[in-house]
Amino acid sequence: MGEPALQIDAGGVHYKDLNAQLRQAVADGARRVDLYNIFGQRYIGTDLHQPVEIHIHGTPGNDLACFLDGPRVVVHGNGQDGCGNTMNGGEVIIHGRAGDATGYSMRGGKIFIRDDVGYRVAIHMKEYESKRPTIVIGGTAQHFLGEYMAGGVLVVLGLTLRPGERHTANFVGTGMHGGVMYIRGELEDYQLGKEVGQVPIEEQDHALLRELVEEYAIHFGRDAGDILSQPFTKLIPLSSRPYGRLYAY
Amino acid sequence: MHSLENRYGDDKVYDACGLIGIMDVSGERFSGHDIVTGITQMEERGNGLGAGFAVYGCYPEYADCYAFHVMFTEPDSKSQVEAFLNENFVLVHDEEVPHRIFPELPNPPLIWRYFLHANEKRVVEEKDGDELEYVVDKVMALNTSGIGAYIYGSGKDTGVFKGVGHPSQIAEYFDIEAYEGYLWTAHARFPTNTPGWWGGAHPFTLLDWTVVHNGEISSYGANRRYLEMQGYHCTMQTDTEVMAYAADFLMRRHNLPVEVAAKVMAPPLWAEIERMAPEDQALARTLRQVYSGLLINGPFTIILARQGEMIGLTDRIRLRPLTAAAHGDRLYLSSEEAPIRLVSPELDWVWTPVGGQPVVGRLGELIEPPAGATLSVQVPVYACAMQSVGV
Repeated sequence: MGEPALQIDAGGVHYKDLNAQLRQAVADGARRVDLYNIFGQRYIGTDLHQPVEIHIHGTPGNDLACFLDGPRVVVHGNGQDGCGNTMNGGEVIIHGRAGDATGYSMRGGKIFIRDDVGYRVAIHMKEYESKRPTIVIGGTAQHFLGEYMAGGVLVVLGLTLRPGERHTANFVGTGMHGGVMYIRGELEDYQLGKEVGQVPIEEQDHALLRELVEEYAIHFGRDAGDILSQPFTKLIPLSSRPYGRLYAY
Repeated sequence: MHSLENRYGDDKVYDACGLIGIMDVSGERFSGHDIVTGITQMEERGNGLGAGFAVYGCYPEYADCYAFHVMFTEPDSKSQVEAFLNENFVLVHDEEVPHRIFPELPNPPLIWRYFLHANEKRVVEEKDGDELEYVVDKVMALNTSGIGAYIYGSGKDTGVFKGVGHPSQIAEYFDIEAYEGYLWTAHARFPTNTPGWWGGAHPFTLLDWTVVHNGEISSYGANRRYLEMQGYHCTMQTDTEVMAYAADFLMRRHNLPVEVAAKVMAPPLWAEIERMAPEDQALARTLRQVYSGLLINGPFTIILARQGEMIGLTDRIRLRPLTAAAHGDRLYLSSEEAPIRLVSPELDWVWTPVGGQPVVGRLGELIEPPAGATLSVQVPVYACAMQSVGV
């Protein structure tokens, strides 16, 4: 058996070797691994199926936690593109911002991002029976948020917006055909894709939002009550098969 | 198939190109160490079939000369090239571009650099005194001559170094760290559907314009035909080449500001134009009509540079990545944040530029992050004291 908690200096280590070290450490019984000097190593945490906590100190590379299935990955820094790509379970908590296509094809687990995200976040996220992936973004998002989204829950809190400033994302929910989006603040109709519509928030939505915002607040030391005191916009798809007739003539 | 795509046979996972640019807006010159460190960190994004560097302010002793960098794919062409240069220019100095002996790089061509002035009498006779037009003409004439030589750098005080190899190999081959400049760009290539040859490596250049690019220009044919009508000829067998010529055409010949040129290459979508104020709408519509042949379609991120200016731009729906960051007088543009952090662990700002909106660094101008850029998270760098325990 190895140590339950260990530290790895990843400076100059290729991601294949780093992930091999992680697999070995977890197999040896590690419950917490701290990775130092991370500069762009990709796919960190992939292929791990045990409940282990991985703390990343630095800037992890693309496809962080792709296919993640159980561990909790905490980033003390910013994420790049494709965080949580096709993630199946577990948690990713980013104390900073994240890039494009965060939560790409995600099918389970949770991602919390303290600040802003780039383009196409939650693209083609999907759910099935009890597996319902969740992304909570503390800041705001760029264009094509929830593009082709097929399931799951996407929450945008807008905490990085200054007073009076609005979300600027366009093409929100283009091609969306499943799942739900909650956006704190308002969106103009032109910002929405043709396939989504705004609907009133109901009691069960409040319960879900309270649960997720409280979790966000615990991760990043914010006041959940403050955040929840502002109104949210709820977006759902207008059809479960928006392109069903695209090639039918 | 494997050997065709990857003759190094190194079990490489294929990815996209990597770009990085670093500019000191105060004009302070710095060595190639940072740019080499940054692009080497992204070696994963390329596949060894091309890498290159551009540097501004690297030839202070010949700062007022055009620095022609010439690649001889046919060694016999050198005497013809020199006859051509002597006829049209006044030669100040010439030398082989210094390089290391590097057996891992297969068949590097002979590369020479010529520092020269234009032949003033001919400039007046042929171009009515327009020296830059004259130089463009001569570059195009030589590159289309078919003699087996290519001018791939023609700017004043601008160095261009490129070839077939990984960025670390090309950096070592040309000893990039020995040069100093105030603006650097670099590229790691993953060729998509054009050949990996020395001339096809990035940057692509004309005069002091250089461009490094990640993506594919699906409008290449239309752009190339448009530029040919304006006297620009594509000879490097790669789509990116049109970007350098489009930049020269729009911003030098037509004297458009970069913010307007960006609206030509990555125009707003029609739906966005319809929501603009009337005068902005008129400009946007006019640009789309007048310069429709220079709309760059398809996914792209470019870092474009000339003396005093570095510009980052993505296609209007941002189908390729670009991260911008600033620390003091240094502006960083890169495909990823990690190489920027590796070079400068401390940053004031990091942001993701909006598609179609240029990020511009200019000599003597403070770097202002756009509204909405978030303050950077400081990432502590740890002394390498951590041990790999139990593994």
